[in-house]
Amino acid sequence: MSPLHFLTLSPFLLAAVLPLLGKMAPRLHKGWVAAVWSAILFMTLIGYSAEIQAGSPINESLAWIPSLGISFTLYLDGLSLLFALLITGMGTLVSIYSIGYMNAAENSLNRFYVCLLIFMGAMLGLVLSDNLLTLYGFWELTSVTSFLLIGYNHAKQRSRYGALKSLLITMTGGLGLLSGFILLYIMSGTYTIRELFEAGAPLASHPLFLPAMLLILFGAFTKSAQYPFHIWLPDAMEAPTPVSAYLHSATMVKAGLYLVARMSPIFAGAPEWFWIVSLGGLITLLYGSVTAVKQTDLKGILAYSTISQLGLIMCLLGLSSLTGLMEGEERLLYAAAGTAALFHLLNHAVFKGSLFMIAGIVDHETGTRDIRKLGGLAQVMPIAFTISLFGALSMAGLPPFGGFLSKEMFLEAVIEPLHAGVFRLETWGVLFPIIAWIASVFTFVYSALLVARTFLGPRKKELQHSKIHDAPFLMTFPPALLGVLALVLGLFPSLAAYSLIAPAVEAMMPIITASGERLSPDIKLWHGFTPALWMTIGVVAAGTLLTLTARKWTRVYTFFPSKFSISGFYDVSLNFFERLTFRVTSLYMNGSSRSYIKYILGFMLLVLGFILFNSADITFRVGAYAQIAPYEWLILLGLAAAALAVPFTKSRPVAIILTGTVGYLMTLMFVFLRAPDLALTQMVVESISVTLYLLCFYHLPKLRTEQRAVRFQLPNFLVAVAVGILMTLIALAVLGTNPFEPVSDYYVRESYESAGGKNIVNVILVDFRGFDTMLEIMVLGVASLGIYNMIKLRRKATDVGSRQVMHEGEFAEEDAAEMRKSQYGYDGPEADFNEQAEEETAESDSPAKGGEENA
Amino acid sequence: MEVIVAIIVGVLFAVGIYLILTQDLLRIVLGTSLLTHAVHLLLLTMAMLKTGAAPLLDRGQEQFADPLPQALILTSIVINFGITAFFLVLSYRAYQKLDTTNMDWLRSESSRHRGHSR
Amino acid sequence: MPKGSDIFLQNVSKIVVFIILAFALYLFFTGHVSPGGGFIAGLTSAGALLLLALAFDIDTVRKVLPVDFKLVMALGLLIALCTGTGAFFFGEPFLKHAFGYFHLPLLGKTELHTALIFDLGVYLAVVGVTMTILITIGEDS
Repeated sequence: MSPLHFLTLSPFLLAAVLPLLGKMAPRLHKGWVAAVWSAILFMTLIGYSAEIQAGSPINESLAWIPSLGISFTLYLDGLSLLFALLITGMGTLVSIYSIGYMNAAENSLNRFYVCLLIFMGAMLGLVLSDNLLTLYGFWELTSVTSFLLIGYNHAKQRSRYGALKSLLITMTGGLGLLSGFILLYIMSGTYTIRELFEAGAPLASHPLFLPAMLLILFGAFTKSAQYPFHIWLPDAMEAPTPVSAYLHSATMVKAGLYLVARMSPIFAGAPEWFWIVSLGGLITLLYGSVTAVKQTDLKGILAYSTISQLGLIMCLLGLSSLTGLMEGEERLLYAAAGTAALFHLLNHAVFKGSLFMIAGIVDHETGTRDIRKLGGLAQVMPIAFTISLFGALSMAGLPPFGGFLSKEMFLEAVIEPLHAGVFRLETWGVLFPIIAWIASVFTFVYSALLVARTFLGPRKKELQHSKIHDAPFLMTFPPALLGVLALVLGLFPSLAAYSLIAPAVEAMMPIITASGERLSPDIKLWHGFTPALWMTIGVVAAGTLLTLTARKWTRVYTFFPSKFSISGFYDVSLNFFERLTFRVTSLYMNGSSRSYIKYILGFMLLVLGFILFNSADITFRVGAYAQIAPYEWLILLGLAAAALAVPFTKSRPVAIILTGTVGYLMTLMFVFLRAPDLALTQMVVESISVTLYLLCFYHLPKLRTEQRAVRFQLPNFLVAVAVGILMTLIALAVLGTNPFEPVSDYYVRESYESAGGKNIVNVILVDFRGFDTMLEIMVLGVASLGIYNMIKLRRKATDVGSRQVMHEGEFAEEDAAEMRKSQYGYDGPEADFNEQAEEETAESDSPAKGGEENA
Repeated sequence: MEVIVAIIVGVLFAVGIYLILTQDLLRIVLGTSLLTHAVHLLLLTMAMLKTGAAPLLDRGQEQFADPLPQALILTSIVINFGITAFFLVLSYRAYQKLDTTNMDWLRSESSRHRGHSR
Repeated sequence: MPKGSDIFLQNVSKIVVFIILAFALYLFFTGHVSPGGGFIAGLTSAGALLLLALAFDIDTVRKVLPVDFKLVMALGLLIALCTGTGAFFFGEPFLKHAFGYFHLPLLGKTELHTALIFDLGVYLAVVGVTMTILITIGEDS
């Protein structure tokens, strides 16, 4: 195992031992473990950066399922390194922040950090995997941990709703992704990303090229919350704030961007790729920024802002895909879009991380995140105010912050397509700068509102008490560091540009290095009066105007009813499918075990019958068998007669005695068939069983006298007869077919030699197959304890929960109804409950009372 | 003899299954018992009947009946005893609690109890 | 269970129970060489006690044998498990048995076998299980 593998897998190992660690050092906040370890990982990755910058990526392989060609190959190049540093770096800061944020007294703290560590490992695995299937595995793992972390406060309905929503959407995308990967495999015959790059041009002309691209983009868009799959992200804000900062802004949602960047060498150049990625991103950018303005929840604003910023980066990635179509100077202009994308990705992580953390601090101090209730906090929380100002300025794209630089580069990049001369961009390309500009104005507005409504203006009455102050050091340090970083990235962009961004862009566009050119990632704070700068000036002017008049025009939003939103569509369709599956399932799951037994037998008949009649190896042998003595005839006929009489008797005791007769006749059969042990056992067992049966009846006088014959039922009869015939045929088929040497010969040979016993059956039981026997007596023990419990430990009817014991099945139904209710109770169309569900909910109201009734 | 026994196996299976598909809890328990007997006979038949003496060494015999199915059946008999007892007590308790051993009524009986609680 | 009133059954079973128990003991010890073994012996012993219970009543059985049969069952399982694990101490796989021939006073050449201990576990477990079931059902009235 290479160091790189250890680095990737270590968070999982740490997650496994974390609960034990908690036992050993109960007073240690688990956050420190996560923080220290991610810091170590961050440092280690920094150590790799020189090598990567020199242009020599690291490749380590570990065979996993060799027969399927799946190997656990890790590949660290510029792009992976940028993401890995983001993951571990943000991981460190978020862990430190969470030490202050998460209450140490909470029992579920282990769960939180275990999930966080697993997420970190999965994310590292995702960006380092060179194999599509391992990448997919890690991809899904991030969805699962995200689900668990959003649902961290599982007692809250909204948490569960948000968690389920994100899981359903990202998992659906994940399935699309998997299908896309499989299509790629069908086209190229390899799961290795590196080999796919080399497959090159033939792929593009393959008929499956477009479906594969669409499916992979579907996965990326759901993960990165692109319109119209963005709806899960706002609901994911129910997660604890460190999780929102880490997963839902800095890392996980960027997995989709990573995938698009990673797949660019394969798909870039195709017009569909360009249009879907860039236009999808552009629409998301506009939608996110416009919607963010109407949000009143601090985290809601940040969620829509994240959606919008992700769209921006996505759009840039789309624009950069034109690089391959250009030559010389032109090419570098489009490559700049890629640089802008990755630089903005870094900037976004920095400023959005700090803003989320500040939102968490405000929530912590004031108890609310509603900007309508906040205001004037700048006087009491000066540090938080400063940090959020830094973050917001960077987000709005104002100098001298990092966000300004990448925003300028973005604006330059959107003007460029006007001159591209491909994909009919000369006509449609004008859309890009216009939409980008409008979205930038709204970005400015929500950034300004975020700071102004929280920290400026008059303080509300509820917030006038003196308890509100700046957060403790552990919570302030991480956002402060990020705020400073936002400034540093603006003032000295070259710090990151040469060591991080350039290698990443080159990894994303191998075509540049292939043609011998080197990217010059020269990012300058001042670059003259370019069209982009004029656009920024326009943004500031229009944005200021809109911010000042915000209260007047934001009423416009109320014209768009939320009922017809995409989220509403999600609720309705989920509800619809749930009801549909419920109906379809109730068609055959009717709650009667008899029906289920009939299904089982029916399938058994079909499958076994099919095999029996279609397999050439099976022969039926009739003849040349053991002699049958006259008394044996008698016993066999008696067996059949006694068995056949059971269904016809009206009286139950007679039925019991007839069954006993079958048992005793079996004893005789065992004697004749040379099985003395069986005969002995069967005889004793039969005696005890019959006694048991009659004992039970002795106590049920009413049942004893009750006479009822079995009502004849044709379907049951047919099934029973068919099974009987099938079994006879199977017995005959087994007799006629002997492909293997019997194992019994071994037992006969070895019984005395190696086990020292002469009764072979007993030797098999206690020696050769002793383990079976041991498990068998355990089964017996469990059965007897079950009987003991059923009779001795019955609950009194007045006991709480007695009903649950009595009708476990029903309880499950109520549980399901309860769950359905909780799913749709919030935000869901409650009126759409079908009658059945409502009936069940009504019944679930008084379980305790029901218990008394049962008495 | 094997053919005859195979037919008897079929009969036992058919009766057992038919009883399991009835509504009466007690008859279902009896059905499982018959089913067990059927399986035992089936296992014995599969290994050919009367191929030699009882599987006891030192009795001057060379050929033995197959000991493996016998060992399997011995295990099965004892397990079946435990399971039958469990089923029996289950139906016994169900009758005590709900006054019926009819599977369909058991269901409606419990819903009737639920009905009261409203 | 009702107070048994059949005087013949009561008197006969007083003697027969011991005969059955002795037979069960025989079945248990010869299990390795001739028909018998832990299962059969256990069931037979339980059958003897059942006869006692039918002739008299459950309380009599409990007076005669004042043991908690659930513990007997647990003990049996424990013994079976320990014989299995014992093999580990000799570097053998789980449940590997050993045997040898010894000259014991009175009995002469005797085969001693760890499988017998395992069988004892089976015996106790089966007796425990069967009696637990019988007593539980019998007492419930």
